[in-house]
Amino acid sequence: MSEDQVTLSVDGQELTVPKGTLVIRACEELGITVPRFCDHPLLDPVAACRQCLVEVEGQRKPMTACSTTCTPDMVVKTHLTSELAKHGQEGQLELLLINHPLDCPMCDKGGECPLQDQALAHGPGHSRMVDQKRRFDKPVPISPQIGLDRERCVLCARCTRFSDEISGDPFIELFERGALEQVAIDPEQPYHSYFSGNVVQICPVGALTATSYRFRARPFDLRSVDGICNQCSAGCNLRVDVRHGQIERQLASENMATNEMWSCDKGRFGFTAVAAPERFDAPQARTALGGVEPTGWRHALKAAADGLRAALDEGGGQAVGVLTGGRLTDEDSYAVGRFARDVLGTDNVDFRLRPSTGEERDVLAAVAGTTGPTYDDVERAQVVIVAGLDTEEEVPILHLRLRKAWRKRRQRIVFVGPVLGSLAPIAWRWIRTEAGGEAQVLRALAGDPDAPEQPDELDEVADALQDAERAVVLAGERLAESAGALEAAAAIAVHGIAGDTPAFAWVPRRNGARGAVDAGLLPGLLPGGRRLEDPGPVTQAWNRLPETEGLDARGMLEAAAAGDLKALYLIGVDPVSDFSDPRLAEAALERVDFVIAQDLLPTASTRFADVILPACAAQERVGSFTTWEGRRQPFPQAVPPPGLALQDWDIVRQLASALDVDLGWETAGDVRREAAPLMDAGVSATERLAAIELRPVEPPPPSDEEFPFAAVQLDWLLAERSTMLAGAKELLATARPATVWLNPDDAAAHEVADGAAVTVTGPGGEMELPVKVTSAVHAGTLVLPANAGEQSPGRLADEDAGGDLLRVKLAATADGDGDGGGDGGDGGDDDDVEES
Amino acid sequence: MAEPIKVLTSRYDQEDAHTLDGYLRTGGYEALRASLDADPEHLRTQVKDSGLRGRGGAGFPTGVKWSFVPQNSGKPIYLVVNADEGEPGTFKDREIMERDPHQLLEGILISCKALNAHRAFIFLRGEYLWPGIRLEEAIAEAYEHGYLGQGILDSDFDCHVTLHYAAGAYICGEETALLNALEGRRGQPRLRPPFPAVAGVYACPTVVNNVETICNVPWIIERGVEWFRSMGTEKSPGPKLFCVSGEVNRPGNYEWPMGATAREIVEVSCGGMMEGRPLKFWAPGGSSTPLLTADHFDINMDFESISAAGSLLGTTAMMMYSEKTSVVDAVLNWTRFYEHESCGKCTPCREGTFWLAQVLERILEGNGRHEDLQVLDDVCDNIFGRAFCALGDGATSPIKSSLQYFRDEYEHLIEHGRLPDGIEAHAGPITSNSGQAFPNHRQPFRAGEKTGEKTGEKTGEKAPA
Repeated sequence: MSEDQVTLSVDGQELTVPKGTLVIRACEELGITVPRFCDHPLLDPVAACRQCLVEVEGQRKPMTACSTTCTPDMVVKTHLTSELAKHGQEGQLELLLINHPLDCPMCDKGGECPLQDQALAHGPGHSRMVDQKRRFDKPVPISPQIGLDRERCVLCARCTRFSDEISGDPFIELFERGALEQVAIDPEQPYHSYFSGNVVQICPVGALTATSYRFRARPFDLRSVDGICNQCSAGCNLRVDVRHGQIERQLASENMATNEMWSCDKGRFGFTAVAAPERFDAPQARTALGGVEPTGWRHALKAAADGLRAALDEGGGQAVGVLTGGRLTDEDSYAVGRFARDVLGTDNVDFRLRPSTGEERDVLAAVAGTTGPTYDDVERAQVVIVAGLDTEEEVPILHLRLRKAWRKRRQRIVFVGPVLGSLAPIAWRWIRTEAGGEAQVLRALAGDPDAPEQPDELDEVADALQDAERAVVLAGERLAESAGALEAAAAIAVHGIAGDTPAFAWVPRRNGARGAVDAGLLPGLLPGGRRLEDPGPVTQAWNRLPETEGLDARGMLEAAAAGDLKALYLIGVDPVSDFSDPRLAEAALERVDFVIAQDLLPTASTRFADVILPACAAQERVGSFTTWEGRRQPFPQAVPPPGLALQDWDIVRQLASALDVDLGWETAGDVRREAAPLMDAGVSATERLAAIELRPVEPPPPSDEEFPFAAVQLDWLLAERSTMLAGAKELLATARPATVWLNPDDAAAHEVADGAAVTVTGPGGEMELPVKVTSAVHAGTLVLPANAGEQSPGRLADEDAGGDLLRVKLAATADGDGDGGGDGGDGGDDDDVEES
Repeated sequence: MAEPIKVLTSRYDQEDAHTLDGYLRTGGYEALRASLDADPEHLRTQVKDSGLRGRGGAGFPTGVKWSFVPQNSGKPIYLVVNADEGEPGTFKDREIMERDPHQLLEGILISCKALNAHRAFIFLRGEYLWPGIRLEEAIAEAYEHGYLGQGILDSDFDCHVTLHYAAGAYICGEETALLNALEGRRGQPRLRPPFPAVAGVYACPTVVNNVETICNVPWIIERGVEWFRSMGTEKSPGPKLFCVSGEVNRPGNYEWPMGATAREIVEVSCGGMMEGRPLKFWAPGGSSTPLLTADHFDINMDFESISAAGSLLGTTAMMMYSEKTSVVDAVLNWTRFYEHESCGKCTPCREGTFWLAQVLERILEGNGRHEDLQVLDDVCDNIFGRAFCALGDGATSPIKSSLQYFRDEYEHLIEHGRLPDGIEAHAGPITSNSGQAFPNHRQPFRAGEKTGEKTGEKTGEKAPA
């Protein structure tokens, strides 16, 4: 036996566990469940509820199994073999129940309540308490999403510990003492957490309930289906609870490899759009009178096929384009990729909506079809370099993993870029750069001798990287907006980090993005990262391949606006709202002859559609999503789709049929079987990344006298403009108010205070928003909400700016009421990150 | 026959003992001078050999406690003086700090020297205004004259003292709750391990000692181990302050060697029980120690003798009650105290004290039931040894011991709905919030009143729209 193991006996059975194991976990190993309330495997022990008392030989008193560490030759007796333990547990349960209301029949937790279950298993049959129970007002809203019923609370402190230890939201605490002890929030600071739903799920009684689920269903009336969250690339495992064909709630499922036991509120509560009354439940096609009217599939597919054929006849494959969004499954992405190339004969296909610089495709091609680094790799790393990514806003569960590593292992998190954002409380070093200027720093960290000279502060990070046994680079999708930065970040993983475990992760925001990359939904890229000019096995699998490389999203929209592109096929995408240049998207859709929109809900773009094809939501279908790690996670269908809606791959297949091509798929499984070998890269990402030839680093764009600020457009987790959150009232009520983030020095120079209304003016327009002053933004940079305000900041850009960095100026709004962003100041202004 | 002594109280009659001048004139800081050049390990050995046991209640050997502190952890070592004298009936530390604060400072300095600590915190009970003022003055004077600060008395020893006013919670006398409170956190006990000796205040090695304990240190250093052991018993050596209260003629603090009998202390120092009020029951060391009866009057007041009688020496706060006093009433008074002071962290203490107080109230109101005595007994069993810290254990002491010795009084109350003739109740039932120093836990509690959050007009308000 190694020194890291201890052997003990529980109820007469001997077992060996790793040193440091708690007795309660050792009991679980043997299948013995010691009753507990405050214990949670992912929270630090607190030993408050005293329910898990066990007898330990040689100890005078019964011990709490949740806080006692196994020692060599320890003899533990649980309630199964010890009268002392049994008496102790029964006694604690009687005490827990004296103040607990007997309102199980109307409590949301009834039927899945640990207190109820354990009272049945270990508790007395009746109460000896004849006196006055503790009384509180109830339910108290602690956030728009969560109600607190203090009378039911057993004060296990799971919620407060979750907020303190896991999510880092200090707005929920225990107050008062004795029998008056109670969970409460700061009256000045509402409990606006992106992770608040978890406290409802881990509450061992019905004290914390979700407003959206109150009195909706009994647990035993629900049918639970496994799900994979479709809201971001984190890949949280969910449990979808269904009653009468309707989703009643979603819970986090345990998957220690990905989301552990947590999920974010967007993933948990953001399912209302599935049942939105505006859902497309039948195809629509343009009639002879000019309007778009509901019709059957046969007619709609024929109309779609005719429109595409007309465009192909007029201009060949170059005259059609396919744009996709973040909603698609891996199977859909593959189906669309093949449809475009094989059926339409075009390479005009793109899933990206952000401006990107040239090298992005090379890096995406390198990671396509590969796996890792994983969540566990990130957690184990001693150093993590983050750039172009706000983890909490974009991939919240990855943020929790970083936070865990920071809290438990003092992980050194280094952020490179102009906006530190949500990493402020946990970052070890922040290497500030101008917007668009990340490449130089990243190249220096990659050990590039030709990198321009960097400040000395970087040496410290370079040394840490050198000394680290494991390190990981996390590059967000926004990094592609900075010239040379994405490939420089990848170069760190190739040249700057020892070992051969995967060290570079491209972390997209939307959940279908990684699957789209693997499936090759970019011009010039085929499944598995293969190039159009070197298709490999794709040649055999498909009937034909386009001969010329196609246009990217911007290229397609420009061609459409110029009249060169005749038909656009929009699949789960709303370019008018989401493309970084909304005016170009509008012009393109206005001008293009024929538009097919395949979507769930009406959007700003579907009004341009000649044919609307109704698609299934994620919960209405089978398929798989790939996480940012490259982990593919299949999921089953939870609820039936409305009306005639179909799965995207199926629509594509039928459209191909209408164009006289049989793609040979009957089920999503068929698509998967065909796609799997092609989407697998067969080589490591590091090997491919090493082959990328680094371009010379260009200096960041020069500052501009008229427009002194570089605007970084950040997508927020919760945004009212998001159609996917339609109907999620309570969830959206916790959204952070749309604000402009401004460095304190810049705020002082412009004489604007936190919360004041400002007008941000760009070459092409202006927008008015309250300001949030935060030291987590570099001077000279300001942050605009890409998806949260009333309009897209893309409208501030000059008409012919192309994909260039947006530059703006700022002025205090005249006569502004200035109270719009009063509670927006939670950006971690006073956090102890050392600034370099 | 033991005699009262004057060691810790030797300057109590000296008008200016609280000033540096007065303290120096009667040999003050001599022990410090002698210690400044001493080897810290030697000082620790002296204290260990003296057999000094902690005076805060648990009686843990001080020298052994000091030996748990890792001397080479690379972290600073802190001394925390527990002056949060909260145990009902206890007022021994208060008088030391009021009358002879330099004695405490000298003890702190020598203890710090012995522990290689350079910072001490005095965690002073929030209500102790006058002791606080005296301490503040003494600290200022000591700094002014080089007894505190950098290079004390021209030696290379540095030591600083921080006086921290507590916010008034009994639980903060528990050493880990004290450390939390000192750090500005919620005053609730911490999980052990890690023990304070390894990770105490600010996660650094920390010794937490009671005021009286620390005040013994200069005497041990100055007069030696043998002299110290000449007082008291083999296992409980040294002088001891006894704070006697209740129905005696002259309540107060009296210094006796350990092992003096309760009768000696009460009759010699306090002039005996009050006229016409013969002893009925008494707590030997504060309300957290099981009650004893008149049969125990000749017991030796030392750790081992009191333990043998089934109680605890505790803080040696002797609360003496006569035949005229209702034991159930006294017990209710204490139980309300524990109900109010329970920190709420663990189930048995939070819920148990809440329940016990109600049952006792009901019995005293004349609405007791025979099964209530079983409830009292069971609830105590479920608290004792199962609560997170010793507060819960202490709460059960008066109830369990009174049931043991005075069950007939409970039964009389239950049978007849009133106390036996000639016995008075003082605590009385709680009928309203009026006159309560603390919110009544059993009244409907409006969260908004306390935490300022928005609540509905009436209870049972519907879910928020």
